[in-house]
Amino acid sequence: MTELASLLVVGELFPRGVLPYLLGGLLVGVGAAVIYLATGIIAGASTFLESTLSYVSAVPRFNRSRYTQSRNWRLLFTAGIISGAAVYAVLFQTGGWTTEIQWWRLLGGGVLVGIGTRLGKGCTSGHGVCGVGSLSNTSFVNVATFLAVAVGTAQLVQAMGVSP
Amino acid sequence: MTEHRRSLWFMLSIYIGGLIFGVGLAVSGMTRPEVVLDFLQFEDFGLLFVMGGAAAVTGITFTIATQFFDQAPLTTTKYTRRVRELDRNVVIGGSIFGVGWGISGICPGAAYASVGIGNYPILWAVLGMFLGAYAQGYWRTLRSRSTEDATETTAS
Repeated sequence: MTELASLLVVGELFPRGVLPYLLGGLLVGVGAAVIYLATGIIAGASTFLESTLSYVSAVPRFNRSRYTQSRNWRLLFTAGIISGAAVYAVLFQTGGWTTEIQWWRLLGGGVLVGIGTRLGKGCTSGHGVCGVGSLSNTSFVNVATFLAVAVGTAQLVQAMGVSP
Repeated sequence: MTEHRRSLWFMLSIYIGGLIFGVGLAVSGMTRPEVVLDFLQFEDFGLLFVMGGAAAVTGITFTIATQFFDQAPLTTTKYTRRVRELDRNVVIGGSIFGVGWGISGICPGAAYASVGIGNYPILWAVLGMFLGAYAQGYWRTLRSRSTEDATETTAS
């Protein structure tokens, strides 16, 4: 695939090529479509955080029926995502790979992602993929907001000399 | 989404859908925070194809299903589009998510997939997301109790 990708390098906008991105994106859409066609469920990835907390927390918000009724299949959905990526890694990834991004960026950013996706009613999969695919104005507003803020934040972090 | 029969086929569809979803995230490189940060820093615009490609597939699927079919075979759930009420929280939450995404380069689905490719430092991000989700749930429960804010308690 890397050979194919290198053939498709389009100038400096896509230094890694376009093909892996497009193929990966189509597969993400097909995964969501399989679940939707079979069950009618529009699956987002971030609801898993709250529905899983209902197993261990008595906070009423996490124990609403829409979370307790869906927590088992959401656990399975996430297990599917993890194992799908693992299958890819075993077949196509040469050796292990770990991120260079510092732990405090992952932890601190993660906390804000956890707050923001739940408060904003969805994440990159719920709003970004399924909401945009539904032509939902709410999702367009959410996606435009998080994209603009993320671009500003990442460029600020880079300008402050934080790397990796 | 009332009482699904949690049949083998139901669970199998969820798992296989998740599996394809996870392969897609790994193929696209979204499992690597560096690739996401390159996009946000305008050094590689590939992420547009990931989100665009995925939204195109779901968009076509939603359109066909809602136009030509009535309900899902395994659950008898009516096919609908993803619609959420547009309120202040959509913008505030999106902004907070944006700051977090810009700092870390991770989002929920990509973080789970990143665990799958063996990128163990991503567990910091997974821990962070659970802490953040817990904090907002705890805070919103307190708030809805103290103010009886109708928009909070009736939000579904």
